[in-house]
Amino acid sequence: MSTQSTVHGRSGLGTPTPAVIPGAVLWAAALLLAVLAPFALYPVFLMKVLCFALFACAFNLLIGFAGLMSFGHAAFFGGAAYVTAHAAKVWALPPEFAILAGVGTATLLGLVFGALAIRRQGIYFAMITLALSQMVFFLALQLPFTGGEDGIQGVPRGRLFGLVDLTDPLAMYYAVLALFLSGFLVIRRAVHSPFGQVLKAIRENEPRAVSLGYRTERYKLLAFVLSASLAGLAGSVKALVFQLATLTDVTWQMSGEVVLMTLLGGMGTLLGPVVGAALVVALESYLAETSLPVPVVIGAIFVFCVLLFRKGIVGEIAGILKRRA
Amino acid sequence: MAEIVLEARDLSKEFKGFTAVKGVNLQVRRGTIHALIGPNGAGKSTVFNLITRFLPPTRGRILYKGRDITRARPADVARMGLVRSFQISAVFPHLSVLENVRVALQRPLGTSFHFWKPEASLHGLHERARDLIDAVNLAAWADRAAVELPYGRKRALEIATTLALDPEVMLLDEPLAGMGHEDIGHTAALIRRVAAGRTVLMVEHNLSVVADLSDTITVLRRGEVLAEGPYDTVSRDPEVREAYMGAGHG
Repeated sequence: MSTQSTVHGRSGLGTPTPAVIPGAVLWAAALLLAVLAPFALYPVFLMKVLCFALFACAFNLLIGFAGLMSFGHAAFFGGAAYVTAHAAKVWALPPEFAILAGVGTATLLGLVFGALAIRRQGIYFAMITLALSQMVFFLALQLPFTGGEDGIQGVPRGRLFGLVDLTDPLAMYYAVLALFLSGFLVIRRAVHSPFGQVLKAIRENEPRAVSLGYRTERYKLLAFVLSASLAGLAGSVKALVFQLATLTDVTWQMSGEVVLMTLLGGMGTLLGPVVGAALVVALESYLAETSLPVPVVIGAIFVFCVLLFRKGIVGEIAGILKRRA
Repeated sequence: MAEIVLEARDLSKEFKGFTAVKGVNLQVRRGTIHALIGPNGAGKSTVFNLITRFLPPTRGRILYKGRDITRARPADVARMGLVRSFQISAVFPHLSVLENVRVALQRPLGTSFHFWKPEASLHGLHERARDLIDAVNLAAWADRAAVELPYGRKRALEIATTLALDPEVMLLDEPLAGMGHEDIGHTAALIRRVAAGRTVLMVEHNLSVVADLSDTITVLRRGEVLAEGPYDTVSRDPEVREAYMGAGHG
């Protein structure tokens, strides 16, 4: 599949032949770059990028392909982070099971949130998800196992499958890369599956999809649950990378940040959220060393990008490539 | 007289103190083209939305093939073979023409929730989809995004998509609205062609447009049935003439 696989009706039906070979080469180059990256850049920084990239990709599955704007995704990200941290630290579960516990929690939360929220649309949908995620925030603040303001600190990374020692930064990096890639591929497949086709139809024109006999609320619910699970995976991995789960992970600002990353990179494109996440994380860590106020600078960049590239960075590039083709 | 396939009994719809549809009785006979016409605000589209269950009625019943569907869900009504179109051309703009039709074809495969299957699993539907696209003269546009089609072609695509479900009853909401003269001719011919072996209920604004297309015409005014019958009878009705004064009838 070519890199410019945007939502706009490009799913290999058009003129596939000329784009396929350079596309495959580009993917291979990107993979090679990701494998070699920790030798040039700080692994913890790269792992942070990958966690947020996966989080943004999961969010994008919902907004970009189902047309549903959630403002409560921090609940899945942070909820999974807490459960994974607790499972690894208190229950002493190995990392694979700790992650599974986090993803399971996010999936269940997604099922409950989704079942309630998909009954409404637009701003009401966003407000219901926000309200529910605030409930998760207060639970994280009050429940005894979450450590209140301190969060859960000193989470052990453990040994993956009892073999790979994740305290080694490189081993941890490759584990995170593998998890990110699996999540990304799941999303890519879902977008190009029979389910993805119906989802796009619902996003484009829901009443028409209903008139074709689709019970659209069920498709939206499945998209919501998938998105929540993958956001949970991102949160679980993040808890192991930083050995930490804190209130920051469940705040509404975190829900806002993922919206920002996705819009910046280009919603409805597969690579957009990855680019957006990398950009925001890189800016945050770069600006942290300067005396500039981080939120103001990022806010200004966001406004600038949204005004200039309405389809996001990747969306605009894809548009230019498409016009040339 | 032919069998009644679709029937509305004493159908009423009130919106906060305003009665849009008042005790409408409608009987659509199998195999006919039935037009529902009336001036602006006559309640045509409301009746249409009630029958297809996109709006709940305040009173009255809807029967489809003798079955009460007054409380059925809209998606389920569609599955029973009662498929509607929309006033604003209802396509999926950023899907290709082929994908638009394929979405309608793919539900019976039973894989519509399978998010792990490749898109290639749908390629078996392409032949049937292309046949349908050919049937509405859109073959040259098959791989273009629906948003790029001119208006008249969008309506043709919408009809192809509706036909993909092989509906027993097609409900067309102003299929000729907003079209130029030439497009009207094409689309009217298309409707007549696809109506063979089916029942069509269509909403239209103008009496003249449906004159030689429909077998039966029901005229609505202010939410009530004003007249019903073949074109010749209806067009001579003095009350209908009055309702249409200056509305360009033929």
